[in-house]
Amino acid sequence: MQPSDDVSPTPEPQASWTPLLRARRAALKWAQKSVPGVRGVAGCGPSAQKWPGPRDFLACGQVHKRRPRILMREGGTWGRARAAAPEARYRAVGRADTPRAAGTVKWEVRKRTGTCTREGEMWRGTHISRVEQVKLLDRFSTSNKSLTGTLYLTATHLLFIDSHQKETWILHHHIASVEKLALTTSGCPLVIQCKNFRTVHFIVPRERDCHDIYNSLLQLSKQAKYEDLYAFSYNPKQNDSERLQGWQLIDLAEEYKRMGVPNSHWQLSDANRDYKICETYPRELYVPRIASKPIIVGSSKFRSKGRFPVLSYYHQDKEAAICRCSQPLSGFSARCLEDEHLLQAISKANPVNRYMYVMDTRPKLNAMANRAAGKGYENEDNYSNIRFQFVGIENIHVMRSSLQKLLEVNGTKGLSVNDFYSGLESSGWLRHIKAVMDAAIFLAKAITVENASVLVHCSDGWDRTSQVCSLGSLLLDSYYRTIKGFMVLIEKDWISFGHKFSERCGHLDGDPKEVSPVFTQFLECVWHLTEQFPQAFEFSEAFLLQIHEHIHSCQFGNFLGNCQKEREELKLKEKTYSLWPFLLEDQKKYLNPLYSSKSHRFTVLEPNTISFNFKFWRNMYHQFDRTLHPRQSVFNIIMNMNEQNEQLEKDIKDLESKIKQRKNKQTDGILTKELLHSVHPESPTLKTSLCFKEQTLLPVNDALRTIEGSSLADNRYSEYAEEFSKSEPAVVSLEYGVARMTC
Amino acid sequence: MDNQASPGINTYNDVRFVGSLGTIIIKCKDFRIIQLDIPGMEECLNIASSIEALSTLDSITLMYPFFYRPMFEVIEDGWHSFLPEQEFELYSSATSEWRLSYVNKEFAVCPSYPPIVTVPKSIDDEALRKVATFRHGGRFPVLSYYHKKNGMVIMRSGQPLTGTNGRRCKEDEKLINATLRAGKRGYIIDTRSLNVAQQARAKGGGFEQEAHYPQWRRIHKSIERYHILQESLIKLVEACNDQTHNMDRWLSKLEASNWLTHIKEILTAACLAAQCIDREGASILIHGTEGTDSTLQVTSLAQIILEPRSRTIRGFEALIEREWLQAGHPFQQRCAQSAYCNTKQKWEAPVFLLFLDCVWQILRQFPCSFEFNENFLIMLFEHAYASQFGTFLGNNESERCKLKLQQKTMSLWSWVNQPGELSKFTNPLFEANNLVIWPSVAPQSLPLWEGIFLRWNRSSKYLDEAYEEMVNIIEYNKELQAKVNILRRQLAELETENGMQESP
Repeated sequence: MQPSDDVSPTPEPQASWTPLLRARRAALKWAQKSVPGVRGVAGCGPSAQKWPGPRDFLACGQVHKRRPRILMREGGTWGRARAAAPEARYRAVGRADTPRAAGTVKWEVRKRTGTCTREGEMWRGTHISRVEQVKLLDRFSTSNKSLTGTLYLTATHLLFIDSHQKETWILHHHIASVEKLALTTSGCPLVIQCKNFRTVHFIVPRERDCHDIYNSLLQLSKQAKYEDLYAFSYNPKQNDSERLQGWQLIDLAEEYKRMGVPNSHWQLSDANRDYKICETYPRELYVPRIASKPIIVGSSKFRSKGRFPVLSYYHQDKEAAICRCSQPLSGFSARCLEDEHLLQAISKANPVNRYMYVMDTRPKLNAMANRAAGKGYENEDNYSNIRFQFVGIENIHVMRSSLQKLLEVNGTKGLSVNDFYSGLESSGWLRHIKAVMDAAIFLAKAITVENASVLVHCSDGWDRTSQVCSLGSLLLDSYYRTIKGFMVLIEKDWISFGHKFSERCGHLDGDPKEVSPVFTQFLECVWHLTEQFPQAFEFSEAFLLQIHEHIHSCQFGNFLGNCQKEREELKLKEKTYSLWPFLLEDQKKYLNPLYSSKSHRFTVLEPNTISFNFKFWRNMYHQFDRTLHPRQSVFNIIMNMNEQNEQLEKDIKDLESKIKQRKNKQTDGILTKELLHSVHPESPTLKTSLCFKEQTLLPVNDALRTIEGSSLADNRYSEYAEEFSKSEPAVVSLEYGVARMTC
Repeated sequence: MDNQASPGINTYNDVRFVGSLGTIIIKCKDFRIIQLDIPGMEECLNIASSIEALSTLDSITLMYPFFYRPMFEVIEDGWHSFLPEQEFELYSSATSEWRLSYVNKEFAVCPSYPPIVTVPKSIDDEALRKVATFRHGGRFPVLSYYHKKNGMVIMRSGQPLTGTNGRRCKEDEKLINATLRAGKRGYIIDTRSLNVAQQARAKGGGFEQEAHYPQWRRIHKSIERYHILQESLIKLVEACNDQTHNMDRWLSKLEASNWLTHIKEILTAACLAAQCIDREGASILIHGTEGTDSTLQVTSLAQIILEPRSRTIRGFEALIEREWLQAGHPFQQRCAQSAYCNTKQKWEAPVFLLFLDCVWQILRQFPCSFEFNENFLIMLFEHAYASQFGTFLGNNESERCKLKLQQKTMSLWSWVNQPGELSKFTNPLFEANNLVIWPSVAPQSLPLWEGIFLRWNRSSKYLDEAYEEMVNIIEYNKELQAKVNILRRQLAELETENGMQESP
C-alpha cells in the first residue's frame, strides 16, 4: 500500500473520472433544457455552468454542494490523479479553485484522525474515499429493489452516484447515526439515518470497505469543536461587507420598535449588557419601566439560570405583553420579594387588566418534583394578581423518545395501516404537538379575550417557553406569518433567548440526552396552522422544510452555539454567513401562492384543536421517500401559474402599447420602409412571448406535474420524465406468479 | 332546494323531552346529525312520527324518485347516455375477439346481469348458458375492461361452483381460455383468502383448480365484505362524531375502525390487477363469491388506474353505469341505512363508499389527472344512499326494468350532465394524462377522507376559500392567455396590413 501524500488537484482527464464527467454533461444538458426559476432546477449542484453560489445550493434544496473534495483510494493505492478527478471536473467548466478550502480539508481531516503526523499517512486505514459497486436499497421495498453505484467521501459530504448518474448528497453534519448490520451474502449493509429524516441503506460488497466507511462517517459526522463545522469553511463568495449586511438583515431592536416598545410602560434595560446577570439571555432586554435594576438583579437570583421575566412580545392594541422566564427557585417555601415586585410591575405595565397569567408549560407533576431540587413554581399566595396555570407539555427527553418511536414506526417496511396508527398513537407525537398548540392558543386567548398579560416559563425557559411564546405570537400577529416576519420570530424567541440549538440538534459530539426535536415541533405546529389556514401564511411548507434542513446543516452561523454570548465568542458574524439573506433572496420558491395579505380576517388565528385536525406530517418525516408522496403537486402548479400570470400581464401591456403605436402610425399614414424595417426585427414582445410560452408550458405540463410536493432535496428533478413514464414503483411485484406486496 | 340532493333520513330518530320542549335528533345517511328543538310535546311527537313514517317506506315505488318532477329542462336523457352498444363500440375498433351477447335478454340466464354482455367471440350463447350453471348466481365470465395498449383484458364472474367433489365445467374452461393469446398465461384474482375460498366449497362454491385451468395462476387477495365493512363504517363515523376524544383515543378509534385498512386492501388488489395487465401483459379474471361487491371494486379501480378515459367525468359515469349498475351491485340492499342504523341489516355494506374513497385517494395523489373533483365523489355518495333520481334504485337491471324506472323516474345523469351543474364538479387543474397512474398504498399515503367523514364536524370555511382562490388564479390565467392571443393576432394583422400598404 502506497499512501499518496495529498489529493491535490490535477486537471488532466483520467479514465476514472469519465463517469463523473458524463454525469456532469448529462446534468448540464438537462440543466440547459430546464427553465430557470422553476424550483431551482437551473444552476443546481456541481453540474451548473457557473460555480455554484449559495443561491444555487439553496435552489436545489441542498445544504451543501460546496465543491466536493473527493478523497480516493483504489485497490489500496492512493492514486494521485484519480483523487483529483472531481477537482478536474470543476476545472473543466472553468471554475476557480479555492486554495483555502483545499488546505483546510487536508488539515482538518488530519486533525480528526489524529493518529499520524506525517502527511499522507493519515488516510491509511481510516478514510476511504471511493467504493464501487455499492447498492442503495429502496427503503420501503420488500423485494430488495436497489440501485448500484459508486460511493464517494468528500470533506463535507457523502456522495452516491448511481448507474443513472443520479447523485445523492448527504452532508456529514446531517448524519444522525450510522449502523453496520450483519453481513449478508450480497455484502455488508450500512444504514445511515439523517437528522433531516433521510434514511439510506447501502450494501457495500466488501466488509472491510464497509467498516472503513463506517468509521470515517462516525468521525466525520461528529465534530468535537465548533471550528470544525461546515459553516467555518463554507464560502459563498461574498465579501466581508456583504456578509455583514447579511447579518444585519434581522434587527431585533427594529422588531421591538415595530411592536411599539419602548413606550411609557416598557423600556430597554442595560442590566444584561455584559451578560452579567444572565449568560443565556441576549444583551438587550425589555422590562417594565417601573422595574428598577435591583429588582431585576434580585429576581434573576431567584430564577433558574438567572433567566428573570422579560418581554417577548408586546401587543400594541391590547397593551398586553407576553413575557418569558425560567422557573423560580422557590423550593417548598422560598420566596423573593424582588421577583414578586417584578411580576407586579409586569401586570402594572398593562393598563387595561390588572391580573396576569403565569403559565407553567410543564405538567404539574414535573413542576412539583422540581420543588425538591429547590426549584418549582410560583405560589399564588405570594404574588398578587396572578393566575397560575399548568399546560402540561412534556420535557425534552419525552419528546426525543417520542420522535424516535415515530421514526421507528414509519420506517418499517410493509407497514400495515393498523401498525401505523397504533405506532402513531403510542409514540405520542401528535399528542405532544397538540399540547404545544393548545398552550399557544391559551396564551393568545388570554391576550385577545381577557386583555391580560402572560408570563410563560418551563424549567429553564428555553425549550417549551420558546415554543409557546413564538407560537402564541404567531397566532396573534400576522407579521410573523410573512417570510421576513417568521425569520424575525425565530431570531427573537429562539436564537436570541438562548434556545440551545447546538445541543438540541447535536451539532457537536456531545451529550445525546441534550438532543431533542423541540424546534422541529415548533415547525410542525406552524405547518398544522398552514393546513388549517391555507391563505394566512406568506410562506409555504417548503420554507419550513428548508429551515429545518439548516438548523442541522451547520452551513450557516445562525443556529450554531447555544446562546448569544457563545455566538459572540465564536465570532460567528465574522467567520460565518447568515442563512436569512439567502432564503430571502430565494423567497420566490417559498411563497404561498394562495396567500392573501390584504384580508384582515386573519389578524388572530383561532385554530381548531380537536384531535382529528392533527395529521402525520408526511412531507417532513418522509421528505426523501418520494414514492409516498402525491405525484402531482397542486401547490407547484398554482405557484407557477401565479408567476406566469405576472408575465402575461406584462405581455399584455407590451402588446397593447405596440398596437397603439402601430395604430398611431397608421393614422398618421406615414410609413416608410425604414420604419417598417426597424420595427420588424425588433418586435421583441412577440419573440419573447413566444419563447415564453414554450418555456412556461413545459414546467406546467411536465415537470411540475410529475414531481412530488416537497421535493426539496437533491437533483431528482432530472429524472422526472423517465420516472413518470415508468410510473414508479411497482406497487405490487409479481415474481413467478406469486404476488408480493410492496409499498 | 329541490335540485339539491336532499339528505336521506335514517330510521333512527331520537326524541327527547325537557319540560314541554321536545328535541328531535335526526341522523342522516350522509352522516349529518340535525337537532330540532320543537316547543310543544304533541307537535314534536307528530313531527317525529311523520319523519319516521316518511323515512321508512315499505315500497320502493313510494320513494321520492317516483314523485320527483325536475325543475330543469332535460337536454340529454341520462337513461340513454351510456348504452352497452356504445361502450362496446369503443373496443370493437381495436379488437374483433369479442362480441355482444343477448343471451340474457330476459334475465333468464343470470338475473343480476344486464340484457347485453360482452363475451369472447368464439363462445356461443349455448355454451354461455352452460357456464352460467357453473358460476355463482349464473354470473358467467364477461368482459369488464379491454386494455388497448396490449390487448389484455379484465373479466369478472361469480365463483365457480366446484363444490367439495371438484366439479368442473369444460365450457367454463374453454370460455376463459378463449381470452388468452397463444402461449400466454393469465391470472385469476380471487378476492377471498384461500381459507375462505376453501370453506366456500362446502356450500357448493369454490375456486378454479390449477389442474383444470393450467394456463391460469390463481392469486388470493382478501377483501372484507358485508357486516365487517358495515361495522367498520359505523365505528369510523362514531369516532369522527365525538369531538371530545383526546389524541390517543382518536387515533386508537381510527385504527380500530379498520376503515383505512380496507381502503389499503382494496387499492392493493386493484393495483395488483392493473399490474398484471400493464406490466405482466397478462389477462385476468376477477371474482369473489357472488362477484357483485369486492369484484366490482377491483375491476373498476383497476380501470381508473389503467384507463385515462375513466378519469374524465363522462368516462367515470360510464364506469359506474357499466361496472356497478349494469354489473348488478345490489345498491338497494347495500345502501339502505348508512352508518346510523339501530337494527342489524344483513345486506347493508358500504362497498360503494369504499370504492369512492379509493378513487378519492388516487385523486389526491394525482390531483391533475382527473376531470372531476372531490365534490363529484361526494355527490355520488349522497345519491347512492338517498336521491330524487332513479339511477341507484333497485339491485340490478332486471329489478330496474320491472320498476320501469326509465319511464317513471329521472336519471341522475340527466341532471349532473347539465353544463351548469357540471361546473361544480369539474377539476380546474385537469389536464388529460394518458399514462397509467400508480398510487402509493403505504399507510402514510392514505389519509382519512375528511370531505366525507369530517364534513359536518368542522368548518371548512378557510379551505373552501383557499380552493376558490385557486380557481380564481386558474381562471385568471386562462383569461390572460386568451387576451394575449387576441392581442398578438391583432398586432400580426396590423403588421400585415402595414405591409400591404407598403408593397404597392
